[in-house]
Amino acid sequence: MGLLSDPVRRRALARLVLRLNAPLCVLSYVAGIAWFLALAFPPLTQRTYMSENAMGSTMVEEQFAGGDRARSLARDFAAHRRKSGALPVAWLERTMRSVGLEVYTQSFSRKLPFPDETHERYMVSGINVYGILRHLAASTESLVLTVPCGPDSTNSQAVGLMLALAAHFRGQIYWAKDIIFLVTEHDLLGTEAWLEAYHDVNITGMQSSPLQGRAGAIQAAVALELSSDVVTSLDVAVEGLNGQLPNLDLLNLFQTFCQKGGLLCTLQGKLQPQDWTSIDGPLQSVQTLLLMVLQQASGRPHGAHGLFLRYRVEALTLRGINSFRQYKYDLVAVGKALEGMFRKLNHLLERLHQSFFFYLLPALSRFVSIGLYMPAAGFLLLVLGLKALELWMQLHEAGVGPEEAGENPPHPLTQGVGLASLVAPLLVSQAMGLALYILPVLGQHVATQHFPVAEAEAVVLTLLAIYAAGLALPHNTHRVVSTQAPDRGWMALKLVALIYLALQLACITLTNFSLGFLLAASMVPAAAITKPSGPRYVLLSPHCRARTPPHGFYLTRSSSPPGASAPPQGALRCPAGADEPSSYTPGQLVPVAGAAGGTALPDRGLAALPGHAGPGRAGAPHLRRPALPTAGSGPLPLLAALLERALLEVTEAAGSSPRSLLPRK
Amino acid sequence: MAAPVRIFLLVLLLLGPGGWGRAEPPRDSLREELVITPLPSGDVAATFQFRTRWDSELQREGGTDHSFLRYAVLPREVVCTENLTPWKKLLPCSSKAGLSVLLKADRLFHTSYHSQAVHIRPVCRNARCTSVSWELRQTLSVVFDAFVTGQGKKDWSLFRMFSRTLTEPCPLASESRVYVDVTSYGQDNETLEVYPPPLTTYQDVILGTRKTYAVYDLLDAAVVSNSRSLNIQLKWKRPPENEAPPVPFLYAQRYVSGYGLQSGQLSTLLYNTHPYRAFPVLLLDTVPWYLRLYVHTLTITSKGKENKPSYIHYQPAQDRMQPHLLEMLIQLPASSITKVSIQFERALLKWTEYTPDPNHGFYVSPSVLSALVPSVVAAKPGDWEESPLFNSLFPVSDSSSYFVRLYTEPLLVSLPTPDFSMPYNVVCLTCTVVAVCYGSFYNLLTRTFQIEEPRKGGLVKRLANLIRRARGVPPL
Repeated sequence: MGLLSDPVRRRALARLVLRLNAPLCVLSYVAGIAWFLALAFPPLTQRTYMSENAMGSTMVEEQFAGGDRARSLARDFAAHRRKSGALPVAWLERTMRSVGLEVYTQSFSRKLPFPDETHERYMVSGINVYGILRHLAASTESLVLTVPCGPDSTNSQAVGLMLALAAHFRGQIYWAKDIIFLVTEHDLLGTEAWLEAYHDVNITGMQSSPLQGRAGAIQAAVALELSSDVVTSLDVAVEGLNGQLPNLDLLNLFQTFCQKGGLLCTLQGKLQPQDWTSIDGPLQSVQTLLLMVLQQASGRPHGAHGLFLRYRVEALTLRGINSFRQYKYDLVAVGKALEGMFRKLNHLLERLHQSFFFYLLPALSRFVSIGLYMPAAGFLLLVLGLKALELWMQLHEAGVGPEEAGENPPHPLTQGVGLASLVAPLLVSQAMGLALYILPVLGQHVATQHFPVAEAEAVVLTLLAIYAAGLALPHNTHRVVSTQAPDRGWMALKLVALIYLALQLACITLTNFSLGFLLAASMVPAAAITKPSGPRYVLLSPHCRARTPPHGFYLTRSSSPPGASAPPQGALRCPAGADEPSSYTPGQLVPVAGAAGGTALPDRGLAALPGHAGPGRAGAPHLRRPALPTAGSGPLPLLAALLERALLEVTEAAGSSPRSLLPRK
Repeated sequence: MAAPVRIFLLVLLLLGPGGWGRAEPPRDSLREELVITPLPSGDVAATFQFRTRWDSELQREGGTDHSFLRYAVLPREVVCTENLTPWKKLLPCSSKAGLSVLLKADRLFHTSYHSQAVHIRPVCRNARCTSVSWELRQTLSVVFDAFVTGQGKKDWSLFRMFSRTLTEPCPLASESRVYVDVTSYGQDNETLEVYPPPLTTYQDVILGTRKTYAVYDLLDAAVVSNSRSLNIQLKWKRPPENEAPPVPFLYAQRYVSGYGLQSGQLSTLLYNTHPYRAFPVLLLDTVPWYLRLYVHTLTITSKGKENKPSYIHYQPAQDRMQPHLLEMLIQLPASSITKVSIQFERALLKWTEYTPDPNHGFYVSPSVLSALVPSVVAAKPGDWEESPLFNSLFPVSDSSSYFVRLYTEPLLVSLPTPDFSMPYNVVCLTCTVVAVCYGSFYNLLTRTFQIEEPRKGGLVKRLANLIRRARGVPPL
């Protein structure tokens, strides 16, 4: 701090920041990306370890031997299912009751925002069946084993295994928590309906019958997906809604029983690298890490477990994979792993809280904690900070020493940057963000009523309309620019936008690192480089030339969006070029801060068209929202607006409605 | 849950003005009973009842002084062997003779339901109540899980359930009986068979339904003498099907709704499954103070309409002093579900107030439901002294209804909990960093720095100049 309060050294530092700004920015950006890639390598990854004492040692002897029973139950289930064409509710109820569970059903229905293209239906209705295994004492805590059954997916082996496990569990007396065995219809829709009914909330507009039986606070949940009698490996999925992750101890628990049972377990479909000394191991873990980051950034739950996380229930999904490997495991091996996990979870005295909630996984037994991965995003955001600092110094001439001040004639309007003039464009950007968030859904019904368009198209058209309206933004910003010192206008605007962007990116990174990092990696260069210098102008209305300069010119820029075009090198080389454009005389063309980048965006919007997604995903409610435009095209305020929308989405991780619960394929 | 009578360590003591344990009373009489009921699910419920009476010299004063009425719940405690042992020692024969030889902890806790209770009350010895006897009554109910003990078979015997058989009554007992519920649930009577064949049977209306019991009197020499031990067995001729158990007329369910750590809602569902009769229920709720109830959000709805309670007593909580007390008399319409819900906010405790396992959550005691439930069968008015003990557990006030007290399940609510793993260094480090950074940044942001040419000399120079001016010499 002494460095900053000493004027001489402060001036030197400021000069350093101004002179070396571009190299520093590049260095910081490269450092961020490099740090991120280095996360997969051993010094930054740590071995996972069990933090929870109650689950510490694996002194559990698994006794599950119901493989034949599981297979026959699975066959029965599949046969009944084929016969009825839907979930065989009566058969499930009967079987669960004969196993000795308390059985309840729950019916639900939900009107989809878009019709399902493959089945032509709006209304999805189904029935969840669940059985509760009660233990001796009062029901205050419970564990959940859930099997999501989709309309197409055959998850019958999982149902068979679940019922066989229930029969085995019922014969044991050591349970200290109730166990809920849940079979949901329509995959995640059913799971969400059940969860909402269990917690007696309604956040997605689901109509469902109230639950008749409950079993206290759910401590942990495991979702099971199996599609064959034998498996070669078990894949584990952790990414939940909006990138939420379960406590790392739950994954450690799974990994413990993988090792104990000699099961082959994978993460993101990748085996764990054996050899960390050669280059192959870390390379494989880089792939795993990137896959996880992409998966987490998407915000979609990567399995039925993802919906439990919102209710503070630690959960993960196990998928049995049957590939062409030689060694195959039967259901007994999977059942034993599950039995071990449930017995360990049964030991829990408190909710899982000891281990990490924020982590990245380069391999199943390695993790990167939040303290180690945040610097990667920090370096990227530092670029914005440096740029903002540079602008601030240029605006206030803070870093300009007496000799430089002597060289350049003092600016006529040094103190004249009116913050009031920034209010209008900022408000417009905010409104844009809100509009992007709200209008596509609101406008959907209106559009379908009044225009001959489908619901899915209506959303895209609304988006297009908003982007088109976004083109009006430059016209508004020229008020900022059109003082006698146009430079100062755009500088102040960019300064505010940069700080705003950095703050929002930091917030997103805190809640969902993957999304925040990907956004930062793609937006930061564009945001840092964007500058209204060196454009070619097309005069739209020549007759206006006679009018007074500031309001008489309607300008548009014919160059491509700044993010895509080669960055103007001059902008980087002479950052102190604040004085250069001040020589604009009245009547000369004045550059406008924003560029018409809107045209580039609708392509991305189209890519996210629900109709273009996979068949099972058609009509997914999460696609009611437009996909996030990630690339940094478009004017800065618009970026901020988009960011705000993204932030609103992410903040919903803690709060309200989920956007992505839908039949997976 | 169909059998919601979950009993916790609950103490409801009506104490007289004097201490009642002072005098050593002469033991008067002991009655012991074991009631075995095969449940429709295939499980077996066994209820032990012991009643001891002794005379006391304490005078009973007229009326009950309500300042001595206490109600306390330990929702976290689960009844276990540590509770069973002192409970057994209260019995006159301990577990040496009589029915209590069956009370082996290793068997009793291999069950799916367990509840034990101690009731003490004064009983008048004459009509004017001039002298008082004291009655100690102990009950123990367990449900044996047919799935666990019987390997899927639903036949049972005393030996299989308790790993003991009955040999002799307690010498102090004036009455020692085993009742086996042989009521046939189906149409024909030939579904089950009891061995040895009972000498007598007993019929009565229990909990509103007519029941038939096979009675084995241990004081009757013929029962035990044959083989010197009594091992009652029950065989199903046609095993009962796995059907849902019959639903009681009144049951309840309680849960916390909502998610997140800020607010929530306590919901109690009261089920009246009687086809045509409505009846009132007294609902008593005690909620700990760290759930701050919003009383204005109290809503009671049945069949979609608001249900106005005829009586509400609310005593607000005081932080760290006393819990909320909410007592309501609610009329339950026939065949309806009544939902009583109230919203709350989770308080932030002081950091020393958290339990050693704060992430486990905090317990909220069960609500208590007291109701006169209409019965299907009109009961015959009987002499309570003569009828079995279990009959008076559910006293019949008039012929058409019986009294039931239900406890809902306790709740587990998680409160906002700080990370206790390393509070000190985290707090200290954060405070230091914030203090240092804040001071410096504030300093930097609010000051403007200017370079001033240092004025050399200062006071000395000024003084010198004054002197020089006085002398008429140009200043320095």
